[in-house]
Amino acid sequence: MYNQSPIHSSAGTSHGTSRSYMVGFIISVVLTVIPFALVVYPSLPRSTTAWVVVALGMVQIFAHLKYFLHLDTAKEQRWNLIALIFSVVIILLLVGLSLWIMGSIHHNMLAH
Amino acid sequence: MSNIVMDKDIAHSHEQGHEDAGSMRIFGFWIYLMTDCILFATLFAGYAVLRDSVAGGPSTVDIFELPYVLAETALLLVSSITYGYAMLATNRNHTSHVLRWLAVTFVLGCGFIAMEINEFHHLIDEGYGPDRSGFLTAFFTLVGTHGAHVLSGLVWMAVLMAQVRSRGLTNTNTTRLSCLSLFWHFLDVVWICVFTVVYLLGVV
Repeated sequence: MYNQSPIHSSAGTSHGTSRSYMVGFIISVVLTVIPFALVVYPSLPRSTTAWVVVALGMVQIFAHLKYFLHLDTAKEQRWNLIALIFSVVIILLLVGLSLWIMGSIHHNMLAH
Repeated sequence: MSNIVMDKDIAHSHEQGHEDAGSMRIFGFWIYLMTDCILFATLFAGYAVLRDSVAGGPSTVDIFELPYVLAETALLLVSSITYGYAMLATNRNHTSHVLRWLAVTFVLGCGFIAMEINEFHHLIDEGYGPDRSGFLTAFFTLVGTHGAHVLSGLVWMAVLMAQVRSRGLTNTNTTRLSCLSLFWHFLDVVWICVFTVVYLLGVV
């Protein structure tokens, strides 16, 4: 990705191959079909299903980052990774704290 | 924009001991994608907060049809791998293959957009438009923003196909193809969050 520079294209190694795209695709299909099947044909308790669905979604995001976006820990991509980790921290704060604040407002003002 | 500009940029950045212009552009585009992530995160937070504010209207269970969503997901996922094949053809410098795979990706993307417009049209027709409740406002905003991104990706793809056809796989075009590749796969990642958080957790 980062070193997919046109000028140094002969030296680029993290382009991904036909095989790695296929592996990523198959993993994604499996990780998409399982949660849909679990929700359409409920076989686990409701909260367990919800957690499994979220967990599989997170695994699928990692699979996409690895196989489609070709993100790895190589030195040339270090800054891409740092930018991503920084964004993840911001996102966790943003979403987590918003839910916490709104949840406690709901609890203190509406439920009682 | 011509390659002359690009060559100048390269000379310039080499003077300063930087990476070459192409990879710096791709890195810059990556930074943009990270900011876009934060935009989507705010919309997800808004959706999560407003999810139960149905104002007597329909709730998540009433309006989502999972088989339909699965079909949308399939279109987007297959378009991701076809774009991957376009990138592989780019690396092999195979202009006609690049154009063919881009065309396949474009058609799949159009299919996704058509399905989403149909879904929205159906909901609004039944009186469940974004003005019905807080939940529907948040739903249309989140899913609609993703759809708008896919639509702009399709416009970009059409323009790039025209440029690759007329000028071939120049350095500039290859850099652009790499940026669109990131954008397209990124939208698929966002869609994973959408179908997990909105559709699956809405129905479970």
